[in-house]
Amino acid sequence: MIAFAIRRFVQALGVMLVVALISFLMFRFVGDPVNQLVGVDTSPAEREALRQALGLNDPVMIQFSRFIVRAVQIDFGISYQFKQPVAALIASRLPATLELSFVSALFALAVGVPMGVYTGLYRNTLLARGFLAISLIGVSLPTFLIGILLIFVVSVNLGWLPSFGRGETVSIGGMWTTGFLTRSGLLSLILPAITLGLFQMTLIMRLVRGEMLEVLRTDYIKFARARGLSRRAVNFGHALKNTLVPVITITGLQLGSIIAFAIITETVFQWPGMGLLFLQAVQNVDIPIMAAYLLLIAFLFVAINFIVDLLYVAVDPRIRLGEARR
Amino acid sequence: MPHVVGEDTSGAAPARGPLRRAIESDLWYSFTRSPVTVVSAAVTLVMILSAAFAPLVAPHNPFDPATISILDSFYPPAWMEGGNPRFLLGTDDQGRDILSTILYGMRISLAVGFASVLFAMVIGVTLGLVAGYIGGAVDSVIMRIADVQLTFPAILIALLINGVARAMAGPQSYDQVVLVVLVLSIGLSFWVQYARTVRGSVLVEANKEYVLAARLIGLRPWTIMFKHVLPNVMGPVLVIATINLALAIITEATLSFLGVGVPPTEPSLGTLIRIGNDFLFSGEWWITIFPGITLAILALAVNLLGDWLRDALNPKLR
Amino acid sequence: MTATLSVRNLRVEIPTRGGVLRAIDDLSFDIAPGEVLGVVGESGAGKSITGSAIIGLLEPPGRVAAGEIRLGGERIDDLGPDQMRRIRGRRIGMIFQDPLTSLNPLYRIGDQLTETILTHERLSQRAARDKAQKLLEEVGIPAAGARLSAYPHQFSGGMRQRVVIALALCADPELVIADEPTTALDVSVQAQIIALLKRLCSERGASVMLITHDMGVIAETADRVCVLYAGRLAEIGPVRAVVKHPQHPYTHGLMSAIPSLAGDPDEELAQIPGAMPRLGAIPDGCAFNPRCDHAFARCRAERPHPYPAGASDAACFLHDPDPARRPPEPVARAAAARGIAAADETPEATS
Repeated sequence: MIAFAIRRFVQALGVMLVVALISFLMFRFVGDPVNQLVGVDTSPAEREALRQALGLNDPVMIQFSRFIVRAVQIDFGISYQFKQPVAALIASRLPATLELSFVSALFALAVGVPMGVYTGLYRNTLLARGFLAISLIGVSLPTFLIGILLIFVVSVNLGWLPSFGRGETVSIGGMWTTGFLTRSGLLSLILPAITLGLFQMTLIMRLVRGEMLEVLRTDYIKFARARGLSRRAVNFGHALKNTLVPVITITGLQLGSIIAFAIITETVFQWPGMGLLFLQAVQNVDIPIMAAYLLLIAFLFVAINFIVDLLYVAVDPRIRLGEARR
Repeated sequence: MPHVVGEDTSGAAPARGPLRRAIESDLWYSFTRSPVTVVSAAVTLVMILSAAFAPLVAPHNPFDPATISILDSFYPPAWMEGGNPRFLLGTDDQGRDILSTILYGMRISLAVGFASVLFAMVIGVTLGLVAGYIGGAVDSVIMRIADVQLTFPAILIALLINGVARAMAGPQSYDQVVLVVLVLSIGLSFWVQYARTVRGSVLVEANKEYVLAARLIGLRPWTIMFKHVLPNVMGPVLVIATINLALAIITEATLSFLGVGVPPTEPSLGTLIRIGNDFLFSGEWWITIFPGITLAILALAVNLLGDWLRDALNPKLR
Repeated sequence: MTATLSVRNLRVEIPTRGGVLRAIDDLSFDIAPGEVLGVVGESGAGKSITGSAIIGLLEPPGRVAAGEIRLGGERIDDLGPDQMRRIRGRRIGMIFQDPLTSLNPLYRIGDQLTETILTHERLSQRAARDKAQKLLEEVGIPAAGARLSAYPHQFSGGMRQRVVIALALCADPELVIADEPTTALDVSVQAQIIALLKRLCSERGASVMLITHDMGVIAETADRVCVLYAGRLAEIGPVRAVVKHPQHPYTHGLMSAIPSLAGDPDEELAQIPGAMPRLGAIPDGCAFNPRCDHAFARCRAERPHPYPAGASDAACFLHDPDPARRPPEPVARAAAARGIAAADETPEATS
């Protein structure tokens, strides 16, 4: 188990290094950092001095290691457009994105798993077919379109829920702002969370359904039935437990996607998260923010992957003991 | 030794010659048997044709300053109160006919979609063939890159490539190369699936006798790959391409909606939705909803076609 | 005495795109209390489907279309799903072919056993666990107490099949259906598993329906044997009679195709020409007629039903009790030369 964890950790480090390299190359070579920092009237001598001061004349490997050392210390330089430290900008936007992503994932799981189990168990009923049709539409519709339609129907026509922003937020210890504690904050969460979670929900539903159908065909389910175990015990004990192993993996991995897809949802709902920040960075060619965002997302992905791998091992005794014995 | 009653092993092997024809007729059979598929195929076809012949089909030319008038702006759809029969689906803020902008927009959406899929396919298939056939270090490098890229959602990759391209092209020249950049960024974010599939099939095919035979008679590796291995992996590639077409169209629309895609001067469906979104709250819903519905139908129809093709070509995936 | 299991005119149908297939057609047999009935046939002959039909676990869209299944005299083929569930495991135990896939990989052995015990008996958790341990000891698993908390993948194939047997016998069922219980196992452990199964069932007085295509297992284990061909009964009778004096040409061919260790190693094994028909292409008349050396006109037109034949029953017109409807003289003589002869004619070639 420990050997397994260490191996995975080294792999994760490798991926991070690759992403850091890409991020560094973007940072260093896409556009000239000096040009972005100084005005047009700066003399070549001053530019050269700045260049020297920033270490841009050092060998690339040294610059890269400096980049990594800084990244580890959460220092990503200064945003071109905001003239503020990137780390602080992202930190101020992080809570909004994480809260939205968390609620979306919860929504996707809480609705997707039961729908998947139902459509797997009663696959020929009208309701199951309805669910499947909905899921197909959910997979086919672009996220932003779902958001717009929700706004159009729920906010504009019905006037039930707010259509943009986070509502009132409460600051916790100066580090974190939360929308969970106010009525308007919670109401503002509903539409964005549904929009962001819908795609993952249909994905989870289809996955659970597929796994359920697969598991229900296995010998051990047939044997469990042949032993006279109750429907409940067979379907929800034996079948569901085996179904959930891959579902945990995929859902965990989807968490990273949710955070990345938040870019779109945040744009539709003007949600002040880091996705919106990143998008503005792309539009304005604010390379330091793009590089930092890439690193952050990569870190989240890799960390989630790592945790999911360990969880997977904890759930499935075959891997757990197999690894231990080897 | 146990005494074993003879097992029946004579699963009649299908005849080699008419195999191809049989597949095609099976395909046709399953096509005609699925009304949903027939409808999606018809819808897709109609949309592609009306987009291709937009100048002939569209009632107006929305990009000809001579024919549009600001006085025609914000007409609701023709059947609503205050509608104008000249503009079936209403007009936008500049007086452009929505139906016509949709037809022209669909043209760009489809063009970018097809081009991206083609680009992704060429890159993916080539890298997959190379990785599978050459193996060794080349294989590991290509597949590791694929692994890393696959951990990130395609839209993020496309956005990053887009941002880099924007920085390199500079803001002035960007509008001129935007379509190329879009195709590049969308294509580069979708090649992995082709590469993986093709590589997998190549590994299987490469050990088959016909490839060994081709090698024995001294054919060059590239000839073997393109003439002998490639035709055998085209089935799955076609399935991926169809499903990816829907994805590419959606991705283009998303990028354009986010404001990093096709500029408003010559809008795609995504751009139209972005433009119209500003008017959603003031009541002019038709400017954004009609392009939205068009995009949804297009994506859904192509997706359904892809789903059907996947099931029909590979029943095991069901 | 009532038979433990009585199957009458069973017909199982599987609707497909190309039409309705008859996987089992007009099959009848009994299993007496404590008896071991072997069911043999080639793959696709309908052995496993018969087992599934009896225990009520036919894969949809397969269904029992006609006939009756009685357990201890009561009809069970028309029970509702919940009543049938109470019979499964409690009165009919079932053992599947592959012990590697029969056990849920995510549950400990002990939990699978106690869960099954508690489904059928009102016991405390503690008592169920004790019973589980006793069962494991009975099926010969060393250190049973400690092994209760092991997962299936920590057992070898043979040991897993012992666990499967323990699970099937949990509630002392009166009938055990063993579907190819040893096919997936190493040859070296097959005999042990069969011996174990036979001992445990006879200790409990349970009847056994042993499905296999291994005639060796049947010869050693079964009291009677039932031979299936294309979903239909070919021959049924005491195991010695069927092995030594097969009365159906198919059974005869089957027995001649078995290599015998005692026999001459150079002797060529007899083969039955052709292959068993697919379910969708069963010929008219006797299903075996295209491959049968003794077939005559009637075999191609009319379907034979089981007639008494020696100590067995064989579905073959060679045994039609009505002399007028028997095969033409040369056919009968050729068959008799192989030991297949109508009941009232003296079989010359048998010894």
